Amino acid sequence: MALLVLRRLVQTALILLGVAAITFLLLYALPADPARMIAGRSATAQTVANIRRELGLDQPLLVQFWTYLQGILQGNLGRSYAQKTDVGALILARLPATLILMAAGIAVEVVLGLIFGIIAALRRGGVVDRVVMMASFVGVSAPQFVVALLLLYVFAVTLGWFPMSGFGTAAHVVLPAATLGILGAGWYARMVRSAMIDVLNQDYVRTARAKGLSSVRIVLRHALPNALLPIIAMIGIDIGQFMGGVVVVEAVYGWPGIGQLAWQAIQQVDIPIIMGVTLVSALAIVLGNLLADIIAPLIDPRIRAR
Amino acid sequence: MLNRWLRNTTMATVLVLSPLPAWAQETPKQGGDVLITYKDDIATLDPAVGYDWVNWSMIKSLYSRLMDYTPGTPDLVPSLAETFDVSSDGLTYTFKLRKGVKFTNGRELVASDVKYSIERAVNPKTQGPGAGFFSAIKGYEDLSGGKTTTLEGIEAPDAATVVFHLSRPDATFLHVLAINFASVVPQEAVEAAGGDFGKKPVGSGTFVLKEWTIGQRLVFARNPDYFVKDMPHIDKFTVEVGQEPLVALLRLQKGEVDIAGDGIPPAKFLEIKNSPAGAQMIVDGDQLHTGYVTLNTKVKPFDNVKVRQAVNMAVNKERITRILNGRATPASQPLPPAMPGYDKSYAGYAYDVAKAKALLAEAGFPSGFQTVLYSTNTDPQPRIAQAIQQDLAAIGVKAEVRALAQSNVIAAGGTEGEAPMIWSGGMAWIADFPDPSNFYGPILGCSGAVSGGWNWSWYCNADLDKRAVAADSMSDPAKAAERAAVWGKIFTDIMADAPWIPVINERRVVAKSPRMGGSDKIYVDPTRVINYDAIYVKQ
Amino acid sequence: MRVLKSMLRQPSAMFGLIVVALVVLLALGAPLIAPYSPDDQMFDGLSLEGAPLPPSAQFLLGTDTLGRDLFSRLLFGARTSLIIGLVANGIAVGIGLMVGILSGYLRGPIGGLLMRFTDLMMAFPALLLAIVLAALLHPSLWIVAMVIALVNWVQVARIVYTETRGLVERDFILAERSLGAGHLRILFVHILPHLMPTAIVWGTLGIATTVLLEATLSFLGIGVQPPQPSWGNIIFESQSYFQAAPWLVFFPGAIILLTALSFNLVGDALRDILDPTQRGRG
Repeated sequence: MALLVLRRLVQTALILLGVAAITFLLLYALPADPARMIAGRSATAQTVANIRRELGLDQPLLVQFWTYLQGILQGNLGRSYAQKTDVGALILARLPATLILMAAGIAVEVVLGLIFGIIAALRRGGVVDRVVMMASFVGVSAPQFVVALLLLYVFAVTLGWFPMSGFGTAAHVVLPAATLGILGAGWYARMVRSAMIDVLNQDYVRTARAKGLSSVRIVLRHALPNALLPIIAMIGIDIGQFMGGVVVVEAVYGWPGIGQLAWQAIQQVDIPIIMGVTLVSALAIVLGNLLADIIAPLIDPRIRAR
Repeated sequence: MLNRWLRNTTMATVLVLSPLPAWAQETPKQGGDVLITYKDDIATLDPAVGYDWVNWSMIKSLYSRLMDYTPGTPDLVPSLAETFDVSSDGLTYTFKLRKGVKFTNGRELVASDVKYSIERAVNPKTQGPGAGFFSAIKGYEDLSGGKTTTLEGIEAPDAATVVFHLSRPDATFLHVLAINFASVVPQEAVEAAGGDFGKKPVGSGTFVLKEWTIGQRLVFARNPDYFVKDMPHIDKFTVEVGQEPLVALLRLQKGEVDIAGDGIPPAKFLEIKNSPAGAQMIVDGDQLHTGYVTLNTKVKPFDNVKVRQAVNMAVNKERITRILNGRATPASQPLPPAMPGYDKSYAGYAYDVAKAKALLAEAGFPSGFQTVLYSTNTDPQPRIAQAIQQDLAAIGVKAEVRALAQSNVIAAGGTEGEAPMIWSGGMAWIADFPDPSNFYGPILGCSGAVSGGWNWSWYCNADLDKRAVAADSMSDPAKAAERAAVWGKIFTDIMADAPWIPVINERRVVAKSPRMGGSDKIYVDPTRVINYDAIYVKQ
Repeated sequence: MRVLKSMLRQPSAMFGLIVVALVVLLALGAPLIAPYSPDDQMFDGLSLEGAPLPPSAQFLLGTDTLGRDLFSRLLFGARTSLIIGLVANGIAVGIGLMVGILSGYLRGPIGGLLMRFTDLMMAFPALLLAIVLAALLHPSLWIVAMVIALVNWVQVARIVYTETRGLVERDFILAERSLGAGHLRILFVHILPHLMPTAIVWGTLGIATTVLLEATLSFLGIGVQPPQPSWGNIIFESQSYFQAAPWLVFFPGAIILLTALSFNLVGDALRDILDPTQRGRG
């Protein structure tokens, strides 16, 4: 076990290194000049050259990358070009908001997905199943911006139940999390349903049923554990997507997460921030997958046995 | 000296065609809190670094400078300076500082602080974008080239006197001392912040930064020691960032927000304008802005002046102002109407499809040609680019629209031979200070027609460059009107070569809650965007 | 044929099939059906104040913010969106299925390497990858489709990988193996059919997400370039008009929803029919 964990840690480090290298390369291949973006319109050519030199952008790419890696090893994500401040501090300041939204959003997704997925699977082919599956399509087919604005308009502007925008209290998280939940729950519901149906058709489950075990027991003992595998895989994916930023939802609800930071940095070609956010999200994604891989054997005894 | 100052003000009043602002009659109320929203987070509050239109007005209010502007107008007035004198050759400026001005850390502001602050803005280590504005000061090259750390052209003979020695006359120098980069900062606070001065600002302006929660809000409180009595009017203003403009408008309509800093999104404009409270909520004012299409004189077939003139006649500017719901007026020349030197009698190229076709045929393109039109990708810019595209198609010019991120468009524009046409919307020139010279050098002069520059027409006319230098040497304030006329002629002469299609002059439209008082002008201040010093709350 | 027959027996699947067929027909016949050119910014297509016009006899579904006929744009947009949906999603599912199966089935260095590569690709925030790729390449219909495929295959691969791992441990595969069945036989006869439901679920749901991702790319300015209409850029151009001009959001939204729904219904029915554990059990 310890050896396995160690191996995964090394793999994680290598993946992060790969992500850093590729991102760095891609960002420098972009047809956009960070020094120009900082210098703005009125700057003279000399001012731009000075800024480029001070940022170290006149160095060869490999030297720049090496300098960057050295910084990371010392826990230093560098300084923002545009904000002239520590990238680590900027990300840390926004991380809590991102994590809260991520946890709340995934919770809504999973709860909705499980409830509707199980119901649909047990009532397969019936009216309930059709309605649930239709609803799941509607959720996943809806443009984020429209759903976010609709919820905002109905529940914040018209009914006034929740604040329109901002961060701080539990009431603030409801609408953004609900938006993400509604948009994503369809995936979970479909996954849960198809995994459950697969399991319900397995011979051992059919046997159990034939033996007269109750539906609830079958679901809890046999079907659910199997359905959990794809759900955990989905959560791993969601962690990645949410950490990369849910730019639109964050923007609509004025949520101070990493997505807004990344989006603004991309606009300004603020490479240290883009790199920082990419690495932090990459780390989260890798950890999410690691989590899935570690939990999977605990749930499915046949994988554990290996 | 007073005489000189008076002449200066008359020069400035030449440009104020508006009647006395309404707030001059109404006494502003003191006190009150104001909530303002913006989409983007505030990048920095370091005056030597900050250079976007959101932090611009906040930096204005956190710091003070030798010169400033009367709120809501482009009129220069002394601020930290009590009086000033310009030598007859225009090469020496002597300022006497106000007495008893204090930084918000309690220390008195002295002449050497002025010297330090400007040197800091020029010093390459600061990575400041505004260094070039100070290039007329003696010793600029040595400092920006990294040879020294001081400017020999700035002297502080005593605590209350600052003397500037210029290497060439610069008629815009007083404006230069009023821009943010000339803000006075205390050296000890800069050093104490250890590179984070942009997040821990200390100045001597109307407001003090009380709180900054990254990604959420900034709270500015009145500076009780500000050197002008009863300024500012409000006690506090809070800036909430990360707020989508559309949501900001909804909040404003509900009374939660006082000023929607990003203006009114197109989708909301007509609704609010035509609503009963609309008149009270919308502020619609001129700004020093021109939206234009650059025609790359180094790319075929735009190297042919006839082609450039033809496309100038092909664009239906009236229709574009209609797409913008009337928030802009058609432009005829590079200078906006509110800028000194604007030539009212110059009509430019009238919209005339037949004539455009004829000119195009004369130039050897009877059936038109294919080209590319770049644009930024935020609404409404791609829509305007498409309107221009349709107009060009009417004369046979098939332009492919490339709507890209702003940074990519800027990079394409600054690469020789890359972008045949660029619609400037979203990056359009808004003047750094209200002087016509600011519309020339970087965007139409030879110095900007370099790799990475902003002269995306790559237009370089040595003769005009000479005339520009001559105009900027007319630093005697008495000759201001004459100088403006010289500049005006430069811009209308440029139009003979047609390196641009001047398309529109966009007005700035801001939404404010009905409880906000003060003239419209201070919400669309030509030099500050929003003038936090002058706004007040009615109730 | 058997598949089609089974589908025709289910009303919901038939509904889906009809809508999909209708959308395809409308897309193909767009030049014949559309009352106006999709790019024509008509002078009388805007109000005097410059506002888009609501649906009327002249403009069936109203006009957009440039005075273009929305109905004509939606028709031509169907072409763009269908091409992107099918091409991008097809490539993504193809790559994902291949990489997922191979890395899930193969032990040893090759499988590990494939999975590490998938992990590496998956560790990229998708949006950033799309933005950078699209900025590097010149945005056009096919580039957008490619970018979407490059971003989307990873998720499919991951799911397929997880399922393959589960399948490999199943008793019947173990039994096959102990009986000496070859790798190819196990892969194609036993594992692939079990993965078809997943591939189809992703293949169908993916069309909807692909249309939406195309819209997001449009929103970020790296989607299909204007004035070429796609459902994504039509809805994104007008999203903030949901109060001022609801038809601009409602009609494209409804058609995206309906199309996605139909693809999903068809896919769902296909899943039931193709699922080997279902076959013959009626």
